Amino acid sequence: MHKILSKEQLSDDVFLLRVEAALIAEERQPGQFVIVQVDNQFGERIPLTIADADPREGSITLVFQTVGKTTHKLADKPVGDSIESILGPLGRPTHIERFGTVVAVGGGIGVAPLYPIVQGMKKAGNKLIVIMGARNKSLIILEDRMRALADELIVCTDDGSHGRKCLVTEPLKELCGRSPKPDLCVAIGPPIMMKFCAETTRPFALRTLVSLNTIMVDGTGMCGGCRVTVGGETKFVCVDGPEFDGHLVDFDNMMRRLRAYKTHEEAAHHQCHLDSDLSRLRKEGHS
Amino acid sequence: MSHPHPTREALQQEAAVRLATLQGKALSSRDRMAIPSQDMPSQSPDARRANMGEVALGYTAEQARLEALRCLQCKNAPCIDGCPVRIDIPAFVKAMAEGRDAEAIAIIRRNSLLPSVCGRVCPQEVQCQERCTVGKVLKSVDKAVSIGRLERYAADLERESGDFRLPPVKPETGKRVAVIGSGPASITVAADVRREGHAVTLFEAFHKPGGVLIYGIPEFRLPKTIVQQEIETLQAMGVELKTNFLVGRTRKLQDLIDKDGFDAVFVGTGAGLPKFMNIEGENLVGVFSANEYLTRANLMRAYDTGRADTPIFKSRKVAVLGGGNVAMDSARMAVRLGAQEVHLVYRRTEAEMPARVEEVGHAKEEGVLFHMLQNPCRILGNDFGLVTGMECLRYTLGEPDDSGRRRPVEIPGSEFVMEVDTVIVAIGNESNPLIRQTTPGLAVNRRGNLVVAPETGKTSIDRIYAGGDIVLGAATVILAMGEGRKAAASINALLATPVA
Ligand SMILES: Cc1cc2nc3c(=O)[nH]c(=O)nc-3n(C[C@H](O)[C@H](O)[C@H](O)COP(=O)(O)OP(=O)(O)OC[C@H]3O[C@@H](n4cnc5c(N)ncnc54)[C@H](O)[C@@H]3O)c2cc1C
Ligand code: FES
Repeated sequence: MHKILSKEQLSDDVFLLRVEAALIAEERQPGQFVIVQVDNQFGERIPLTIADADPREGSITLVFQTVGKTTHKLADKPVGDSIESILGPLGRPTHIERFGTVVAVGGGIGVAPLYPIVQGMKKAGNKLIVIMGARNKSLIILEDRMRALADELIVCTDDGSHGRKCLVTEPLKELCGRSPKPDLCVAIGPPIMMKFCAETTRPFALRTLVSLNTIMVDGTGMCGGCRVTVGGETKFVCVDGPEFDGHLVDFDNMMRRLRAYKTHEEAAHHQCHLDSDLSRLRKEGHS
Repeated sequence: MSHPHPTREALQQEAAVRLATLQGKALSSRDRMAIPSQDMPSQSPDARRANMGEVALGYTAEQARLEALRCLQCKNAPCIDGCPVRIDIPAFVKAMAEGRDAEAIAIIRRNSLLPSVCGRVCPQEVQCQERCTVGKVLKSVDKAVSIGRLERYAADLERESGDFRLPPVKPETGKRVAVIGSGPASITVAADVRREGHAVTLFEAFHKPGGVLIYGIPEFRLPKTIVQQEIETLQAMGVELKTNFLVGRTRKLQDLIDKDGFDAVFVGTGAGLPKFMNIEGENLVGVFSANEYLTRANLMRAYDTGRADTPIFKSRKVAVLGGGNVAMDSARMAVRLGAQEVHLVYRRTEAEMPARVEEVGHAKEEGVLFHMLQNPCRILGNDFGLVTGMECLRYTLGEPDDSGRRRPVEIPGSEFVMEVDTVIVAIGNESNPLIRQTTPGLAVNRRGNLVVAPETGKTSIDRIYAGGDIVLGAATVILAMGEGRKAAASINALLATPVA
């Protein structure tokens, strides 16, 4: 049982929970995640990234968007209530060292998992340029916390309601053209965003790490449900990842696998959306 | 099937009549062998296709008595040599033949900790029953004394009567042992070590204990309440259970000793890394490892669509690849989850299938279609990334390989397409690399299994022992239990010697 110590609503559908998890708080490192199960009888197991942790208090911070049954149940829980199961920390920690200049790109909710990585990279002596993007102003989260860490912060929204009116790939491309060019890019967000970040940095040969959030069951390497194709090989996100070289990930396959449990009709419907997203990105000259 | 399915009552009636004719007679070997081998009462195939309830219903008292009477009480007891944990089979069967059921289970318990489980899932036809003289004389292992069914009967009787007494626990020694995983190997170690008065903590990665017995083997073959009861027994003995604890991540193995002060550790983490075929199309939507499919259905209860949050893929035509118990369980699960057609595709022939014969029979009765000497070389998909079929090749059997089974050889140019929307890969499990990756100095073999001293179960690191599938590769419940016993004895010996 993990008691909920505090709860914050970061935007319309994004919530932050601070929960008791002493051992995880002690062991976790940037880039790692947990598997959360609201109830052990019929609940499902979903992966959530650890956005922050306080080993002295014995707590971890989870940030999530209400997209499915479990995230809605989590959002409905009041402070003082408990989550039945939290397993972790899982996955390989981010490899942190002094690279030089690191561009960190966070899209929507992806800013949450990006935060501890930015923290770690900063601590290791890197210069941090952070790009945060969302559809509109109300969906931008953790801006103040990021601003406190970043050497340079670029905020963009699709509708221009906050910061620049553009997609995150636009400032990313500009940064790639700077000289000296950045030494590493870390991009976390919706799969389509990560895909286009990787496409943006590819011509510049800028190493780009992405953190994948696939469907998971156990989170320990036992089921293979989380598998993705990376550089032509099958990898398990929960044990081999969650971070991979964005230039090698087969994002199209991953996006399809994410939709595995939607009905076939929905899959078809979704494909239309993907296509329109694609054509929008193409129109804006990213392809 | 041409015969109507016999009901449990009919089988009981028949046995009762037969038993009456034998009452009070001194039976010769010839008389004993004339007793027909008793069929296991089971749910009819039609009924069970639509429920998760146990298929095999268990012998009636009359059947158990009659079956036990078939035993010839061979002096050399070949059956004992066939049992990995050397249960005194003739003695327990004799007790049952004479109506002393409580004594029978006591005899079994001297060697086996999980008789309700093993009576259901052991591959008896290649163990005790393969050696049985009755089967040999009658020229069919199917006619051997049904030792496993008798074991199950005795164990169920004890469990259902509720007069199971907790194994005595010696006074606390103050020593602490960490047991990692909660499958049959770990359950055995926990019990044997706890009995000596050492404190035991069981660490399990999942939210529920029991290992493969809970997440892999389906309810229709092994009811979960049986496994839960074994865990409850451990807890009643004072074993502490920590679920949602992944050793290697939540805590490093070595830290359990160095930081948390455990005096010894047993690693029973199983063979939890699913093998895939490494063929084109394997990451399409609709391809699953058997582990994923069965875990969703069993552990996460996805079959209970009204209540479970975990979804399961809706399939019309399913292909299951493999020929072991895991493949049979997956195929039979797919039947129960409503697939219209379930095809089992195997590279060799039925004779080489490692699955228990009973499961193969049950799968066929339930309508699973068997395709032998075939294997996919490519999985086909549509524009949405969904599986639409498999391109397969036909095989013949060539020379025997290292395992002694004849090697399948593909027939060039024999490609054909099988139309399916779901593919379940059940071609085996390797050992999960997490513990070895996070424990420097822990010796493993070429296949990634932990290397242990054969007599003691000790790994390359002092105070760390291992057993079960993590050492043997994917094996069996009874072997895991046997390994656990051995390691527990070593741990008890280690902890009995005062630290210098
Ligand atoms: C579908 C299926 C059907 C089978 N049918 C039969 C059968 O009919 N008859 C038979 O004899 N055998 C059968 N087997 C094989 C049998 O179940 C195994 O050989 C046996 O369970 C192995 O026991 P174990 O204790 O070594 O490990 P497991 O039962 O695999 O248990 C290992 C446990 O350790 C946990 N774990 C793993 N890593 C960690 C970690 N780092 N930290 C904490 N916990 C961890 C796992 O979650 C798991 O619960 C079957 C297997 C499967 C998958
Ligand atoms: S979630 Fe099961 S292997 Fe990764």
